[in-house]
Amino acid sequence: MTNPYVPLLILLALGFGFAALSVGTSLVVGPKRYNRAKAEAYECGIQPTPRAQGGGRVPIKYFLTAMLFIIFDVESVFLYPFAVAFNQLGLFALVEMVLFIITVFVAYAYVWKRGGLEWD
Amino acid sequence: MSALPAFEAVAVDYWAVAPMLVVVAGALLGVLVEAFAPRESRHSAQVALTVGTLVAAFGVLVWRSVNHHSVTFGGSVAVDGPALFLQGALLVMSSVAVLVMAERFGGVGGDAFTPMGASTPGSSQEAAAAKAGYATSEVFPLTLFAVFGMMIFVSANDLITMFVGLEVLSLPLYVMTGLARRRRLLSQEAALKYFLLGAFSSAFFLFGAALIYGFAGSTDLAKIQSAIAQGTTGMDGLLVPGVLLLIIGLLFKVGAVPFHMWTPDAYQGAPTPVTGFMAACTKVAAFGAILRLVYVGVEGSRWDWRLGIAAIAILTMVVGAVLSVTQTDVKRLLAYSSIAHAGFILVGVLAFSKAAVSGVMFYLVAYGFATIAAFAIISMVRQGGSEASHLSQWAGLGKRHPVVAAVFSLLLLAFAGIPLTSGFTAKFAAFAPAVTSGGTAGVLMVIVGVLASAVTAYVYVRIIVLMYFTAAPEAGEGEEVVALMPSIGTTVAITVGVLATILLGIWPGWALDLAGRAAQFML
Repeated sequence: MTNPYVPLLILLALGFGFAALSVGTSLVVGPKRYNRAKAEAYECGIQPTPRAQGGGRVPIKYFLTAMLFIIFDVESVFLYPFAVAFNQLGLFALVEMVLFIITVFVAYAYVWKRGGLEWD
Repeated sequence: MSALPAFEAVAVDYWAVAPMLVVVAGALLGVLVEAFAPRESRHSAQVALTVGTLVAAFGVLVWRSVNHHSVTFGGSVAVDGPALFLQGALLVMSSVAVLVMAERFGGVGGDAFTPMGASTPGSSQEAAAAKAGYATSEVFPLTLFAVFGMMIFVSANDLITMFVGLEVLSLPLYVMTGLARRRRLLSQEAALKYFLLGAFSSAFFLFGAALIYGFAGSTDLAKIQSAIAQGTTGMDGLLVPGVLLLIIGLLFKVGAVPFHMWTPDAYQGAPTPVTGFMAACTKVAAFGAILRLVYVGVEGSRWDWRLGIAAIAILTMVVGAVLSVTQTDVKRLLAYSSIAHAGFILVGVLAFSKAAVSGVMFYLVAYGFATIAAFAIISMVRQGGSEASHLSQWAGLGKRHPVVAAVFSLLLLAFAGIPLTSGFTAKFAAFAPAVTSGGTAGVLMVIVGVLASAVTAYVYVRIIVLMYFTAAPEAGEGEEVVALMPSIGTTVAITVGVLATILLGIWPGWALDLAGRAAQFML
């Protein structure tokens, strides 16, 4: 009984047992009263709205802007440690960094030309 | 600010990684083409660029990289025999798959991809985009990025690099899955399922990597190997759970049971040429990574987890084979068959010998070429413009389109593992090491594997019977099912698949020899 995994297995069994017991008990003894409001989609107590006009299209301008910001933001974060240690890193790191920036710029050119930066 | 520790530039063997650099450069160029080329010329430019890049990368690989076996980038990338063999296979297979993706049937019905990925399925925006001649030619750079990720994946010698490769190959595939022109909702649903379960599996992989780091103090496979060889590191309890989590993360990608839930949905929903690419190339990449992980990294601890993975292999073969019997959709049927094939390959992986490595690699090549050709044929068989993927629609196809039916039958026989096709040689190559060096578990797995093959053979033969000996449904029940005339690209792809199936079946010596010589891991 010295196997270190035995306590883990017991914990696993306890976890499954607890979940099965709680769900099972509520299934068996819990009251079941269905009505229309209960079957509707939950929207924080507000009446669920029908689909948006034009076949469910919603404007994603903010989403797109936020996505692009995060992508370029995260990529430019890599420039800081490089800039701080620039003196010690030498030519190899400079070339690597230029390649990295070119890659980012390819993405930038794509976003720009395909209208990702236009608001309307 | 205190002085930083001295920076040491890692030595890079550029010729060893040159094929990967070619592919990523081609992908970046593809993005620029997408941004700057006029719309009319994009499709042809992308096809030429993509195929050119893949062929050039293969050329560089054959010309230089084969002489540059090395562990480079500070030990995180190992370019050795298996890596080069699988990278070469990936490059050839993906060029063939790209030829199928480029299919437009001379303008009848357009290509397999939606004109506008962001539009609501069936909406007026989508119809307008189709009318204006939009095309999602982004699939070609996405394919190149996916191939790049796969190439990293099979040569990753460090868990972090392996994870980066996993993500680089997965993210484009999630997008490509959701781009089908027909049945968009099904396609988007498939993409979402694939994405969520893929993200889930990445979490498993990362958790495993963290535990292994806790055990070995490094994510480098060589250091993990020596930590295991050393015996104890004071954190021994982390090893086996870590290994299992890592392997589970990778088994998700090959669709082994019980991690296969996404496979039928993703295979059915994805545009058919993408399904072919995904089925063939993702399997190669994921099994390449599994081979490297379990043969190089954690081989020393294999007695602790081998039986668990053997159980998964048996389950995979049985579930894949049995569930394929009940399928009525050709794409779902091939998805379950691919699950069964994943199980067959796992049998080979678990034999732990050099012969097993070459057997598995040979299996991947044989299966990959047949799969791409099979999905290319599925994309040709249409009813009223959309793919006739329901099995009943294939009834009587042999009378009207004898060549298409004959080729598809050959590929199905190869999947079943009938002698004189590549499937038989491949199964033999993967099962033989399991019998000779796999012990009792290996023999048991092979017995289950042969029985599962018999079950799948029934499924495949049933389709052949359906195509040749069942009368086509009466005319008047909608349009007739036809096989569209493929363009040169698809014809080449199918021809390559058929030739590979026959050649590797009748005359497999040279390929087995090549795989055998490439089967030595460097570490």
